[in-house]
Amino acid sequence: MRREILKYLERNSKINLQELAVLLGSDEVMIANEIAQMEKEKIICGYHTLIDWEKTGEEQVVALIEVKVTPQRNQGFDRIAERIYNYPEVNAVYLISGGYDFLITLKARTLKEVSEFVSGKLAPLDAVLSTATHFVLKKYKDHGAVLVAKTESERMLVTP
Amino acid sequence: MRNPLAKKVVEIEPSGIRKFFDVVNEMKDAISLGVGEPDFDTPWRIREEGIYSLEKGRTFYTSNSGLKELKEEICNYIQRKTSVIYDPKSEVVVTVGGSEGIDIAMRAMLDPGDEVLIPQPSYVSYLPCAVLAGGVPVVIPLQNKNEFKLTREELEAAITPRTKILVLPFPNNPTGSIMTREDLEPIAEVVKEHDLFVISDEIYSELSYQGEHVSIAEFPGLRERTIMINGFSKGFAMTGWRLGYACGPAEIIEQMIKIHQFAIMCAPTNSQYAAIEGLRNCQPEVDEMREAYNQRRRFLMHEFRRIGLKCFEPYGAFYVFPDVSEFGMTSEEFATRFLEEERVAVVPGTAFGASGEGFIRISYAYSLEDLKVALGRLERFIERLREQKR
Repeated sequence: MRREILKYLERNSKINLQELAVLLGSDEVMIANEIAQMEKEKIICGYHTLIDWEKTGEEQVVALIEVKVTPQRNQGFDRIAERIYNYPEVNAVYLISGGYDFLITLKARTLKEVSEFVSGKLAPLDAVLSTATHFVLKKYKDHGAVLVAKTESERMLVTP
Repeated sequence: MRNPLAKKVVEIEPSGIRKFFDVVNEMKDAISLGVGEPDFDTPWRIREEGIYSLEKGRTFYTSNSGLKELKEEICNYIQRKTSVIYDPKSEVVVTVGGSEGIDIAMRAMLDPGDEVLIPQPSYVSYLPCAVLAGGVPVVIPLQNKNEFKLTREELEAAITPRTKILVLPFPNNPTGSIMTREDLEPIAEVVKEHDLFVISDEIYSELSYQGEHVSIAEFPGLRERTIMINGFSKGFAMTGWRLGYACGPAEIIEQMIKIHQFAIMCAPTNSQYAAIEGLRNCQPEVDEMREAYNQRRRFLMHEFRRIGLKCFEPYGAFYVFPDVSEFGMTSEEFATRFLEEERVAVVPGTAFGASGEGFIRISYAYSLEDLKVALGRLERFIERLREQKR
């Protein structure tokens, strides 16, 4: 049942319990308990909304920053990751296999803000060896949802 | 000038419901619960494979019975799903949709005067196909009290010395009814007892919500008297690709291939390549779609209970078949008024045979959001009808 609940919530956290119970053929109280339990266990870490800021006219810049670092004695990458992810403008931090160590996504209002973050905060960290910043030009798909407009259905209204 | 037309064709009644369909299809602002095809796009992997096959210039005929690889994958798939084993070399023909399979199976098996048992309500093509093949269709009206399953008694009562074929359309369009292993057992016995053949239309087999789909071909002694019809339209959301298949004893399939060869040549080549990918790698997508349908099905049943609309719980396809007889109208009147007053299209049960009178078919091949809007209008409509009756 957990898997069914999570699969649903992953795509739609707005659902009401009563409806979810109907859809999954279960009862409301059980689902509510299960969700509460998963929140406690930090399986469910939050409920977010997928927003296409582009359409609001609000200025926003998203940058992907590759970071090479020197892992630290006894603490590996975790300590340096923490120093990065505590910045509120940092949206995500991933430890990555391959040519560099961290991939950071950063949300800011202007290019200047991003560059200030990279040159002022990130690059000066002792453990950071180098950075490479990529700006997102267009989002086609995010969190499994396609953001570009889809054409109307071409199904006929009635077929046998 | 002589009459250019064949009597046999002219005498087939045009679907009485066509007028209704034409009205709906012209009404652009109507919302519809009337569609008999998935709302999902074909899974991308399959579409991509279709595109690739075109890029590679795979634009030629295939062998009449279909691509060897596809027939092998079909046999693997059926074995995975039902435990029935078919020989890809001699017991499969790839057809232009399941519909062609039904047609050529009847043409291969019927002599003039042979009777074909057709349980109704059911898909609209069985009856005309039987007539065009020279057979005599005999309708078995199924009943709401049996949840529109076929019973041993109904079957036995319809059998005559001329009966040759039983059409078994489950999971059923339009009722959503399924036949479980227990339901099929007595049917299988009667079929053997009376030396009948079965055309088992299993096009909705992927859309079963109560355990796995069971084919009548799985019963001992039934494989050799069953033509199993299936295809990619429903489960794989590939209606427009026009691709299906028929499996059965080599002796019958061979004759079906003969007809297919002369009438069709072969099924569309790029659809065949795309379908191979579907069978090999798209079960997760198919399962996902089934789960989405199942959620909508539960939602509709819940809503029907809430607004007090009578409906047995169907466990297959993507249709529910509520009973609207309490409103004292024919199905067609109900559907017409619902369309005019609330601008929602549903299909009158009578489109699928006289025994559909008193019922309407509601398709849940729509998003939950669409269903909510439509159900809101249905509730308002039936409340008004109840009000008027008082």
